[in-house]
Amino acid sequence: MDLFEYQARDLFEAHGVPVLAGIVAETPAEARAAAERIGGGTVVVKAQVKTGGRGKAGGIKLAHSPAEAESAAQAILGMDIKGHTVHRVMVAQGARIAEEYYFSVLLDRSERRYLAMCSVEGGMEIEQLAVERPDALAKVAVDPLVGIDAAKATEIVAAAGFAPEIAAEVADVIQKLWGVYLAEDATLVEVNPLVRTEDGAIIALDGKVTLDENAAFRHPGHADLADVAATDPLEARAKAKDLNYVKLDGQVGVIGNGAGLVMSTLDVVAYAGESFGGVKPANFLDIGGGASAEVMAAGLDIILSDPQVRSVFVNVFGGITACDAVATGIVAALEILGDHATKPLVVRLDGNNVAEGRRILIEAAHPLVSLEETMDGAAAKAAELAYLAAV
Amino acid sequence: MAIFLTEKSRVIVQGMTGSEGRKHTARMLAAGTAIVGGVNPRKAGTRVEFALADGARSIPVFGTVTDAVAATGADVSVIFVPPAFAKDAVIEAVDAGVPLIVIITEGIPVADTALFFNYAQAKGVRLIGPNCPGLISPGKSNVGITPADITGPGKIGLVSKSGTLTYQMMYELRDLGFSTAIGIGGDPIIGTTHIDALAAFQADPETEAIVMIGEIGGDAEERAATFIKEHVTKPVVGYVAGFTAPEGKTMGHAGAIVSGTSGTAKAKKEALEAAGVKVGKTPSETAALIRAIVS
Repeated sequence: MDLFEYQARDLFEAHGVPVLAGIVAETPAEARAAAERIGGGTVVVKAQVKTGGRGKAGGIKLAHSPAEAESAAQAILGMDIKGHTVHRVMVAQGARIAEEYYFSVLLDRSERRYLAMCSVEGGMEIEQLAVERPDALAKVAVDPLVGIDAAKATEIVAAAGFAPEIAAEVADVIQKLWGVYLAEDATLVEVNPLVRTEDGAIIALDGKVTLDENAAFRHPGHADLADVAATDPLEARAKAKDLNYVKLDGQVGVIGNGAGLVMSTLDVVAYAGESFGGVKPANFLDIGGGASAEVMAAGLDIILSDPQVRSVFVNVFGGITACDAVATGIVAALEILGDHATKPLVVRLDGNNVAEGRRILIEAAHPLVSLEETMDGAAAKAAELAYLAAV
Repeated sequence: MAIFLTEKSRVIVQGMTGSEGRKHTARMLAAGTAIVGGVNPRKAGTRVEFALADGARSIPVFGTVTDAVAATGADVSVIFVPPAFAKDAVIEAVDAGVPLIVIITEGIPVADTALFFNYAQAKGVRLIGPNCPGLISPGKSNVGITPADITGPGKIGLVSKSGTLTYQMMYELRDLGFSTAIGIGGDPIIGTTHIDALAAFQADPETEAIVMIGEIGGDAEERAATFIKEHVTKPVVGYVAGFTAPEGKTMGHAGAIVSGTSGTAKAKKEALEAAGVKVGKTPSETAALIRAIVS
């Protein structure tokens, strides 16, 4: 889960990382009040969107009074930045910046450890810096068994080439940022820019944090950080029912078991769709091991609520799951859904107890359900039905 | 032969007394796996009874992995404990000197995995998983949750990030059979990689051809492609899932995510093809490719 800048700022503050005052606001009036609370001096009004390039898009404005902060917020709220609508701004205390730096620590999947990156040239997009000035970006491996201790922080600061008179203070801030990474179960903590102010303070001016959703069980507070309003409504409904669902932009609804098989099913549907007017998969939905009637009904209900869906492909390989249980689940789900089930269902079952599963579906003879022998055949059938429903 | 797991493997189950652990222990026993003990500190000294088709089995429960290893000579541990307890379970097994640890648990925080993986690696211990179905050497042993009745022993080696795609591929090639089929897991950090399995299959005299299944996220497939080019002389056929996955969305597996332009299925397929690996468009087409090589 990616956080907004203001959420990252709050986490930094909670872990002792030096930050400037910053208050989130959802209306121009709130922005004015925030500027007053900060002290009435110069503030920066910053669009809160989870994308880069806010400055260029006009999403960051300087305001010298609470009244100016209000009008800046007025201009920024509702703005579209790279497809993200601005619903909130952060009113941040102004600072006189002497120098800008860069720091991040992230999960290095390939090396199965962490990677710290640091540069005395901050401010620009890191991808750009890495390409244009690779020598200016220090990359230091971090052993998960040790983390960023004082020695590692000193190594990072030295590799980046900080001036000796500020090295110790930067190293201290880096250790605190590692504290955020570790304590919050982050997979990314990035500060760009990390700044030195004219009066010599080292401050994390803008932060980006990604949290590990697998660690949510030990961070009850993280649930409150989710941007519920921006979540696709079908995805939100699916999540509330503990379903692993991702909305896509196609016409063939897909239900399957196992993440790999469902991903493969989407590809096979798209491939089959090439022969049927280019129809595409409408979603990813992994119902996992236990394909009970309730889970199947909840899954079908979500998929059939997607107005783009014209046919549904149920693709199950019974490993631990028995196909007869899945078949019973499908029949019962259609009964639960009643008139709400209006789209044709193409079902492919294989594996554990498949003969009984197929028998149950044939016997039920539901008018919407057709049974196919193979995954490729079923994908073609589902794509064809979606195509025919459109023409 | 087979890789990593043979008929001689002696297996303990951490989490055997829980509902999932108990269910899968019964299945592993039925598949002929030499399960020699379970571990649960609160139930040390008790036994768990399993009613199997060919008679009842009684498996002792030990208080610690060290006790279990001392009493049984176990050389494999399979872990079914919930995510919050997985890190401690792995570290306990590493400390007890178990050389192969298979972690089935899904949903482990990646910081925990980063920690126990590096801990195990420093001590020369092989981890498989987490978030994986485990591995099966058909006719010899089955550790994890792979259905044992899909197919029997044969000459194909299979390595896959996905459980159900492993089962699907075993089913497609059920008449040919497998030396070992190993599900390495879909998390961002995993113990045994495609490369580890490819190297082991290359060295295994019983394996004639290899199927490698990948999916979006990370660069494990690209690295495997380089490894194949340099070190694998046996025929390898590939399959990659996730061509239709949108950027920035986690597709079920915690590690299955396209970030920016990295981790795409297209890049993985192209890397494999550049290394001379034939890549199927669908699982059945992939099966047909291997069939053309083996038969």
